[in-house]
Amino acid sequence: MTTVFGVPLPAILGQLMLGLVNGSFYALLSLGLAVIFGLLGVVNFAHGAFYMLGAFAAYLGLSSLGINYWWALLLAPLAVGLFGIVIERLFLRHLYQVEPVYGLLLTFGIALIAEGVMRSIFGASGKSYPVPPLLQGGFNLGFMVLPIYRAWVILASVTVCFATWFLIERTHLGARLRAATENAKLVQAFGINVPLLVMCTYGAGVALAALAGVLAAPVVQVSPLMGSSLVIVVFAVVVIGGMGSIVGAIVSGLVLGLIEGLTKVVYPEASNIVVFVIMAVVLIWRPAGLFGKEQ
Amino acid sequence: MRAQIAVYVVLAAAALIAPFLGLYPVFLMKLLCFAMFACAFNLLLGFTKMLSFGHAAYFGSSAYITGWLVTVHGWGTIEGIFGGVAVAMLLGLVIGGIAVRRQGIYFAMITLALAQLVFFVCLQADFTGGENGLQGIPRGSLFGLGLSNDRTMYYFVLAVFVAVYVLIRRVVHSPFGQVLKAIRANEPRAISLGYKVDRYKLMAFVISASLSGLAGSLKALVLGFVTLSDVSQGNSGEVILMTLLGGSGTFLGPVIGANVVVTLQEYLSDLVGAWVSVIIGAIFVVCVLIFRRGFVGEIQRRFAQRAA
Repeated sequence: MTTVFGVPLPAILGQLMLGLVNGSFYALLSLGLAVIFGLLGVVNFAHGAFYMLGAFAAYLGLSSLGINYWWALLLAPLAVGLFGIVIERLFLRHLYQVEPVYGLLLTFGIALIAEGVMRSIFGASGKSYPVPPLLQGGFNLGFMVLPIYRAWVILASVTVCFATWFLIERTHLGARLRAATENAKLVQAFGINVPLLVMCTYGAGVALAALAGVLAAPVVQVSPLMGSSLVIVVFAVVVIGGMGSIVGAIVSGLVLGLIEGLTKVVYPEASNIVVFVIMAVVLIWRPAGLFGKEQ
Repeated sequence: MRAQIAVYVVLAAAALIAPFLGLYPVFLMKLLCFAMFACAFNLLLGFTKMLSFGHAAYFGSSAYITGWLVTVHGWGTIEGIFGGVAVAMLLGLVIGGIAVRRQGIYFAMITLALAQLVFFVCLQADFTGGENGLQGIPRGSLFGLGLSNDRTMYYFVLAVFVAVYVLIRRVVHSPFGQVLKAIRANEPRAISLGYKVDRYKLMAFVISASLSGLAGSLKALVLGFVTLSDVSQGNSGEVILMTLLGGSGTFLGPVIGANVVVTLQEYLSDLVGAWVSVIIGAIFVVCVLIFRRGFVGEIQRRFAQRAA
């Protein structure tokens, strides 16, 4: 059997595959964070909580309403996105005039509330969500077995990331969004409803997090605290990619997932911290992040 | 000024006689430790406007090191505390050195991420006891006085707390503190005046990290155990809330905030279980939205208005 660093090749490929799946979640989550930060200037600490709520929405939809996976992919982000919009209208919009750290603190509080409520109702233990029938099983590639669901996660998240990038960088709506990011007052003066744009952007970013949650539900345990440490990794990913950079968020999400997977093979003890170590190195070498611009 | 002195006299008297009022001394010491932690944190948030989102790293690592030195290696109490604080100081130097390169929101995210790194190291390292934490940490003795007596320990912790409090006041009112205030008010201007801003910020960060470590070490000795929650993100969040609720940038604010938050947690966790984090979250939201000055900040503003 072929080995690399004394590890059999199929094991390495398997871990790389898992890494790429994790990277897909990182990419989706950091993309949402970057979009929200770009327009609102708010670092959304509740992103991990919205990811968790997305997964729970899918789980509860299936177990109590019989909503299947495919509908959950559509409905859960919609519901959680609407919830995000409510939060933006009720709380977040009052903080646009003050320093951005208050937005971080507010969303931290919201994350505590969301996680606490879910933990009180559902307990801390994880719940499993079945892989949808259509995506069960795997392809035998000869050198390894590729689970169909994992392949689907990667495909779906890359597609969504690309679509979001296209929407922001290549369409009329995206142009307005970018203009409002540059100078909200001026864009408002041109007759574009900036508050509406801001509200919808927050909703969309939150919906992306919830979508990641639904995609993750069959491969991780659905639990109230599933997002709380993930969000910190995603912060590190965003810092590495460069805050507010869409491409940076997507690329560094996927790449860091891969690196994490590789670390699990080479030196498993470090797999939890490798992203943070890379962040420290990147900050020393390029304080603005890999894709960020020095302000 | 007169009102301020009166407040301090009342507080000092209350602190001195508190163990005789039937209050549980271990709880009082816990209050003091967290008040110390919040005051140390406030040096950054309140007086330099740097929001560190990972102060549990210094609090917790120092607690672990002190506990480990005292329990496993049989170090004395004072040596153990110094050992812990030295590690917290070093961590502050390294993490602060990386984080002060960025400002505001980035600074917060970087300190958070690096603190998470420390958390994972504590989770996996051998000497921390992993998920179980360290238990049965002896308090030892000081100048021949056994600290296992709760009252003796209480006055020791109180003395350290007062020293830290005075030290922080001293730092803020020193020329160094004035430069920090200048950086808080207008960083580009401080730079153009020729101050090496990053160096001042790093210095403040290291002081704050060391004093947070001191608080953590004392807490380890007081309670006799250290767990992962001491070094976790939740603890970092709570110290922010304590400072914000009491009034960041005031001297007494963090003390009051710490007392309120720790007392709430102590009593509510028996009463409502996991809903505590909901309540803490709700206080966070209210604080950020309509109560950004905190208790002491609001009182000071009222007084200032009346004087004007």
